Parts: sequence; structure tokens; C-alpha cells
Amino acid sequence: MGIGVEFVQHLINGFSLGAIYALIALGYTMVFGILQLINFAHGEVFMLGAFAGMYFSRFFNLGAHPSFWALIATLFFSMATCGVVGFIIEKFAYRPLRKSPRINVLITAVGVSLFLQFSGQLLFGSDPKFFPQIIEAGHGFSFGEIRVNTMQVVVMVISLVLMAILQTIIFKTRLGRAMRAVSFNHDNASLMGIPTDKVISYTFMLGSSLAGAAGVLFGLIYPKIEPLMGSLPGLKAFVAAVLGGVGNVAGAVVGAITLGLAEEFLVGYVTPTFKDALAFAILILILLFKPTGLFGIRRTEKV
Amino acid sequence: MNLLEVKNISVKYGAIEAIRDISFTIKKGEILTLIGSNGAGKSTTLRAISGLVKPAGGQILYKGESITGLAAHLIVKKRICQAPEGRGIFLNLSVEENLDLGAWAAPKEAKYADDLARVFDLFPRLKERRAQNAGTLSGGEQQMLAIGRALMGHPELLLLDEPSLGLAPQIIERIFDIIRMINKSGTTVLLVEQNALQALQVADHGIVLETGKVSLSGLASDLLNSDEVRKAYLGG
Ligand SMILES: Nc1ncnc2c1ncn2[C@@H]1O[C@H](COP(=O)(O)OP(=O)(O)OP(=O)(O)O)[C@@H](O)[C@H]1O
Ligand SMILES: [Mg+2]
Repeated sequence: MGIGVEFVQHLINGFSLGAIYALIALGYTMVFGILQLINFAHGEVFMLGAFAGMYFSRFFNLGAHPSFWALIATLFFSMATCGVVGFIIEKFAYRPLRKSPRINVLITAVGVSLFLQFSGQLLFGSDPKFFPQIIEAGHGFSFGEIRVNTMQVVVMVISLVLMAILQTIIFKTRLGRAMRAVSFNHDNASLMGIPTDKVISYTFMLGSSLAGAAGVLFGLIYPKIEPLMGSLPGLKAFVAAVLGGVGNVAGAVVGAITLGLAEEFLVGYVTPTFKDALAFAILILILLFKPTGLFGIRRTEKV
Repeated sequence: MNLLEVKNISVKYGAIEAIRDISFTIKKGEILTLIGSNGAGKSTTLRAISGLVKPAGGQILYKGESITGLAAHLIVKKRICQAPEGRGIFLNLSVEENLDLGAWAAPKEAKYADDLARVFDLFPRLKERRAQNAGTLSGGEQQMLAIGRALMGHPELLLLDEPSLGLAPQIIERIFDIIRMINKSGTTVLLVEQNALQALQVADHGIVLETGKVSLSGLASDLLNSDEVRKAYLGG
């Protein structure tokens, strides 16, 4: 394999990994934007998304008839399930603490995360499960020597479509306008007549459903899933969100792709040993040198 | 007819009692001004009316019906709109998006395009800047946006918290003219001001707050001529 070809190959791998991180990171960043809360349970929502997808596709035996529509149906189910999970988490864990000190909410978030991990182990068993192959692996595509497998294309295309939908919701719809207003200032948003609690619920549901989609896509590429699978991708997506400037939607995507590429290049050209440590090194560097992230905006109010 | 009756309300922030036992009424169609020095409790009173803080005691009646403790977004639906202290502009949104949000709770029969045209008539500057990020507006323009945005909700009662704060004298004149115009067109106004002279000049009635309590109230013209008000708020 030529040097150029190898490079492009890594690029493709990095992008598809980054796309999954991005879907998770978006939920972190949206929730942070609207509540200044780091939802540590978000990685577990991603895990539940993978399991929801697995049980759904097993129930309908989609592994036996892999198709594009099987994937779409699984995605839908998983996103809807996670949307509901996000709604419940917000309503019962975070909403009662709306006026409590930040540290209480943070501890609750860690609690919810552990609760979901252990419930997952109880419910699904702690041994890894196999995520059915619900889409035909096919031969993929070749451009000269460069090979792109079908899964990677599917992951990238679906992530892009979901991000485009999210972008449209945030910037072109009434709900999106309300979300941006609430994330700027709750009181002033409610002075417009915006039901802020409802908007916060919707934000959690949107972010969680993206994590659900990420869970399914992750299952396609890494078909062994288990109840603790959420913590590492969750933390990495969190780092990606910080890298992009928490609260910044476009930043989260850029941060995630950057992290995906960095991991892939590290593994490909240097050593696979530190793959999982890279995210934390980046986190430390950002917190030291640019705590607002690459695209962090500091909001100032004119008086 | 009394549009709003505030009866003996108190508000606490933790252990601090910001206002105590405040009572007043606003008649339909009038301008009532609430004056007082820093920390007197003016904004707190408006926040209580809008439902942003829950009174520890007392009652707020709107058209004879209690709105005490109702959620803020439901109070706006009753057409009590506020341009809050510090203007409360969403600096991350465009000028038009801000106005659009102001229309969030507008009554069903409201026509967005007509309302927008009316606001742009009042504030031509906003029309020029409609697509611009609201964060790029000057202080005066932001104040215009805050008032225009409150108007988009079709207020019957408009609450204005220090609309003249930090603005140049000519712009202040213009803001007060516009308050008059809004009132002439049928909107009842509750105006919080530190600029006591101009506020009492546009208002029908006035109330003076002092450390969380009503110290004086009456016809604006009487307050303008009273010794106490002259000494404390009009500089002699
Ligand atoms: N969120 C808060 N937490 C604690 N105390 C508060 C809070 N908001 C206001 N206060 C206190 O309540 C009192 C009344 O404040 P308020 O903002 O109503 O005054 P104001 O009359 O609007 O003053 P200004 O003219 O400076 O705006 C002040 O003593 C203030 O320090
Ligand atoms: Mg004030």
C-alpha cells in the first residue's frame, strides 16, 4: 500500500469513528448549553441505544434479512427509546434539582450514570452481546487501492444526515429558536412565553436520540456490546465537546472529528497502545491552555 | 377599572426580604411609574408580577383574577409583557429572531407581519438591522428591540424596567415619546424608572419605593411637586 493510500485510508477510518463521537458529543453540548450541566449519564444513553437496537433487530430477526430499511427501522426504534429515556432522566433526576447548587446536580449525574450501568448489567447481563449485522456488508467501494467498507459509508452518511436535521431544527424552527433563547437565559425566555421546562425536555430528547443512533452505528462497526460500553465513548465525546467549546454545536462536531482522526493516526502511525489515553491528554491540554475550547464563545452582556 | 391589583406582596431572596407588604393598583389605560433608588425593590416587584419570583405572601390580581404564583410563561399568555432590566436581549439571536420570540405568546388572531411592520414603524433602525445579530446592536438599539419585542406579544399591560438606563439624552426623549405613543394606542404601562423627573412627567400615577416598601403614592403631578420627592429624586 502506498503512503498516500494509507493516509487516505486512515482519514476515512478516522472520519467514521469521529462521526460516532460527534453524535454523542452533540447531546453533551446541547444539554450543557441549556442547563450548564454535564450529563454524565449520556454515555449510558448511548449504551441503551445499542441494546435497544440489538433487541429490536433480534426480535424482528433483521440479521437474517439485512437491508437498508432494517437499519432505518432499527435506528428509529433506538432513537425513540433513547428519546424517552432522556425525557425520563431529565424529568426525574435533573428537574427537581433545577434550583440546587451545581455540585448536587453533578453528583446526581454520576449517580444516574452508575444506576444505568448497573441496571444494564442486571437486565442484559454483563457478558458481551452480539449486535446483529442488519445491513449487508457487501464488498464496499474501491477507488484504486483505497477501500471503503459499506459500514463506514453508512455511518458517515447517516451521521451527516442526522447532523443536518439537527442543524435545521436548531436554526430554522420555532423549537430551535426557543432552545437557543432558553440556553441564553431561562428567565428572559420565559418572559417571551416560552415554556422553558418543555424546551429543556425536548433538548434532552433530541440529544438522547442522537446518542441512540450513535449506539446503533457503533454496534454496526464494533458488534460486541455490553452494559459498560458507554463510559469510554461517552468520556471521549465529552472531551470532543470540550475541545469544540461546550455548548457550541458546530464545535462539538469539529471536536469529535478531530478526536476521531487523531486517534486513528496515532494508532496507524505511532502506536496503538495509547489510543484511549489520547482523549485525556487532549482534555488536559485544553483545560490548561484554552478552557473555553477551540470555538468557545465568552458571552458578555451589554448594559 | 383596575387592571392589576397588587395586594400586600412580599418577596424574599433566601433570608433577604427584598420587598415587604407592597400594595398598589393600576387602572386600565394609564401609565403608572414606580420610582426609587437602587435596591429599593422595583425590579423585584416587576419580577413578581411576571411570575419570575414567587411572592412569600400577598396576592396579585389581574382583571380580578389571581395570577399569584402562576408560571412566567403563562402570565405572558394573559398579555402581561415585560421588557426586563438589562433589556434581556438574546444576543446570540438575530434582531428578527428576537422579535419573533416576542410573538411566541401573541394571541391567535395576531398577524405576525402586521405586528412586525408596526414595530419597524416605531423603530426604523431595527428594520435596517433585522438580519443582524442582536449582540451587535448599540445599547439604545437594544432597548428599542426590548420594547419592540414586548410589543410583539400584544400586551394589555406592558412592564418596562428602566428603559432609559445608560442611554444618551436624545434617545431617552425618544423612548419616552414612544412610551406615550404605546399608551395612547391603548396599552396600560407600568414603568420602573430611576429617571424620576421624566417618568413622573409621562405617568398618570406614581409610586415611590424605599427599601422594599411603598413610601409615597399619588398623582404623578402631585409627586412632581412634593418636597419629599424633589429632595430625594429630583435633585432639589
Ligand atoms: N437574585 C437575588 N438574590 C438576592 N438578593 C437579591 C436578588 N435580586 C435582588 N436582590 C436584592 O433585593 C433588593 C431589591 O432589588 P431590586 O433588584 O428589586 O432593586 P431595584 O429597585 O430594581 O434596584 P435598581 O434600581 O438598582 O435596579 C436589593 O437589596 C437586592 O440586593
Ligand atoms: Mg432594578
